[in-house]
Amino acid sequence: MHEMSLCESVLQIVEEEAAKQSFNKVKWLQLEIGVLAGVEIEAMRFCFDAVSRNSLLEGAVLDIVQPDGEAWCMPCGKTIPMQERYQPCPECGSYQLQVTGGDEMRMKQLEVE
Amino acid sequence: MCTVCGCGEGEVTIEGEHSHSHDHDHSHGHGHGHSHGHDHSHHHYGLGPARAHAPGLDQSRMVQIEQDILGKNNQYARANRARFAEQGIFTLNLVSSPGSGKTTLLTRTLTDLQGQFPLAVIEGDQETSQDAERIRATGVSAIQINTGKGCHLDGHMVGHALESLQPEPGAVLFIENVGNLVCPAAFDLGEAHKVAILSITEGEDKPIKYPDMFAAADVMLLNKIDLLPYLDFDVDRCIEFARRIHPSIQIIQVSAKTGEGMSQWYQWLSLNRQGRLIGHPVFAHDTRTEEDTRHA
Repeated sequence: MHEMSLCESVLQIVEEEAAKQSFNKVKWLQLEIGVLAGVEIEAMRFCFDAVSRNSLLEGAVLDIVQPDGEAWCMPCGKTIPMQERYQPCPECGSYQLQVTGGDEMRMKQLEVE
Repeated sequence: MCTVCGCGEGEVTIEGEHSHSHDHDHSHGHGHGHSHGHDHSHHHYGLGPARAHAPGLDQSRMVQIEQDILGKNNQYARANRARFAEQGIFTLNLVSSPGSGKTTLLTRTLTDLQGQFPLAVIEGDQETSQDAERIRATGVSAIQINTGKGCHLDGHMVGHALESLQPEPGAVLFIENVGNLVCPAAFDLGEAHKVAILSITEGEDKPIKYPDMFAAADVMLLNKIDLLPYLDFDVDRCIEFARRIHPSIQIIQVSAKTGEGMSQWYQWLSLNRQGRLIGHPVFAHDTRTEEDTRHA
């Protein structure tokens, strides 16, 4: 459900940027939301539609890039892929893992006019 | 939407604030000076048909943004955190699912700790101020935030609540988040620690079902352990699940009803508060007084 707030933050960032860089319509925007970010992509798209209505985001194509999850295993010292937070290390079975990637939520770029 | 600090939370109400209409002079340092380095050149092409050099190039252009989507929240959280550090306020963000016994645990904690240090509470719920009233009945000052449609508190709401609540320097501030094990995990409020409350009437696999929250919390209070004889709850398994997600999470088993284990929770609280306060004028004042009494 916090996808709604995330979309509102996206709109806010875009509106601030629009004032600074003088554009009034966004045709395409790219977000980066890692698989471990706790964001439901479908919900994000749904909320984006709702939030973008009557704004400069209306009709914009939403491109979401999903970086893979990655963690560092403390016992074996390796960097391992991680799809879910409760997964053990595929090398040694340990759960002592430090997430090193895939939890980002970033706004990347826009195509504007 | 508020154009001064960017509030878009039309549904949010904070007790004592009139309808959030924002002519405000509040000063919780919403740093508007966020710095996203645009040192790249994105202003050359397509400023208008007259300037388009290449045929077919329309007015559209690419803009690099590279900003954290939660950047705004994180700025508010940073401002709150700076305020807490300056005033020696130890802040805990209490998170759980609805019905874990969070408010009961909190009211008991407040009753037991009153007199030891100043206490204050920010209550978050979708609707009603019943919880804040329960808290105020203990004699501790509390303020209610109603999030309306929102499913979590954010740094901005807490900043506003602090303006009205004005916790005393050296206080322990409890922020009781909206009952929800998903969304509050992502929103930093400026707290020292997130404390997750899990009751044994819920499943022992909650930590792995809602991993983001247990990854974000430093402490897990396993509540309602007085009911252990009546339930098939496997405590060890629950703890193992929690440690899978967060190997260093501290787990304290408590019953807010009977008081079992609560002294350990209080110990954790007062030791961690003290640890934070070392070197702070509030603490120096405390210790000086103690020494003075000893020398007298």
